[in-house]
Amino acid sequence: MLCVVALWFTTTQATHLISTGRFPSPVDVYKAAVQIGTPPGYAGTTLAHHVIISLELVLCGFLVAIATGVPLGLGMGLDPRFEAFINPVFLAIRPIPPLAWIPLAVVWFGLGIQAKIFVVWFAAFVPALINTYTGVRTVDRTLVDAARVHGASRYRVIRDVVIPAALPHVFTGLRLSLQASWTTLVAAELVGAVAGIGHVLIVASIDIYPGMIFYGMAWVALLGAVMTFGLGRLERAAMPWLR
Amino acid sequence: MRYRYLPYSIAGIVVFIGAWSLLAASGKVNALILPSPLEVIRMFASLTHEKFAGYTIQAHLASSLVRFLAGFMLAAVIGIPLGLAMGWFRRLDYVVSPLFEAVRFVAPIAWVPFAVLWFGTGIGGPVLIIFAGAFPPCLINAYRGARFVDRHMIEAALTLGASDRRIIFDVLLPASLPSIVAGLRISAGLGWQSLIGAELIVVSAGIGYLMVQGQSNLNTAVVMSGMAAIGIVGIVIDVALRSLEHAVARGRGM
Repeated sequence: MLCVVALWFTTTQATHLISTGRFPSPVDVYKAAVQIGTPPGYAGTTLAHHVIISLELVLCGFLVAIATGVPLGLGMGLDPRFEAFINPVFLAIRPIPPLAWIPLAVVWFGLGIQAKIFVVWFAAFVPALINTYTGVRTVDRTLVDAARVHGASRYRVIRDVVIPAALPHVFTGLRLSLQASWTTLVAAELVGAVAGIGHVLIVASIDIYPGMIFYGMAWVALLGAVMTFGLGRLERAAMPWLR
Repeated sequence: MRYRYLPYSIAGIVVFIGAWSLLAASGKVNALILPSPLEVIRMFASLTHEKFAGYTIQAHLASSLVRFLAGFMLAAVIGIPLGLAMGWFRRLDYVVSPLFEAVRFVAPIAWVPFAVLWFGTGIGGPVLIIFAGAFPPCLINAYRGARFVDRHMIEAALTLGASDRRIIFDVLLPASLPSIVAGLRISAGLGWQSLIGAELIVVSAGIGYLMVQGQSNLNTAVVMSGMAAIGIVGIVIDVALRSLEHAVARGRGM
């Protein structure tokens, strides 16, 4: 790791082996960091504001996706008639990657936040639904029957047996959902936005400002990692029996 | 048994298409914003012989596929050997792993600015973005496959005096083949997605570009035709790799 940083420094800053117009030196990145960190910032506002806007959008779309995808998956897993009703349409829509919805979202909702929430929602919705469905379908029949024999109502079977047993699958789905939402949001912001981390990247790209591109990418990675880590913590908290 | 719920499936499709058609026919929504299903099909058919955004839809798809194959092949050719080597040489693993972990969290689409800066918007830039999407699953699955090879096989090969090169190609590669092929399928899906993203932003031909042009002309039927084409090609790619997966599994008697 240290080797790489040293190599980076010598090839760019010290010897100019790689032109700093193409790849930034550590000093360039530091300058970019200072510029965007202090008001008036870069690409319209400061980094903190860009980050907050992006995070708000991604969480909003992600939460709506959980609120729609998980119950729908649960319903499809529990009732074969409901599954048969939804599945053909879902199977037809699923192969279209979330990024391909961006132009349609722009036509429908313009370049504002609705379009972004829509595509983020779609990106997160598909994995949330599929994995919840798989989770419900793979619940051990014996457990369900045992609960029934002991007189549990349908509602209690769902609440106390099916949902806890399906939870690991649900969280696998949510992890995939989160990654997909983040990628999709960055793409949507690259296509058109007034603020947000993707907007920083595209403005830096137009300005040919490698230091800022690098710094923006680092933030994309960092925020993605932090959110994944946060979800991991939540997962452990939600399923204490797996520890 | 399977057909017992067929009426429900048919009902689902009818409701979906019916609601869509009704909404489009009601005039409440502008026809430019929401064309009826029939109009989308008609547009798709006309795109196959009339040029939109410079080419017919087949020509757009062909130029997308060339980029996709270039990026995907590059990812496989670099990712698989590197993954196997990391599974065998511990030192390489320690050097590459932290770097890879750091870079992996960068969404493929975030490479767009550098891709444009380094390779331009022709073929090089999009290929880098596809590569960024397709590379991680290739590497990870080859690495995992190599790490979980039966120790006895490696020890047997070592006892018989196999060189590093022979262990990698004659022991690790065949043993981790199922894992590698599974990785290829994931990476093809991600690569295809990244390509669409790249084309929305930087390219002047290709299926994503067709959609962007449709969007800026407020021609929703073109956008939807593009989405359908992307979905169909995505399915074809997935089916092709899935049959490869089955072929590998069958070849190994599983």
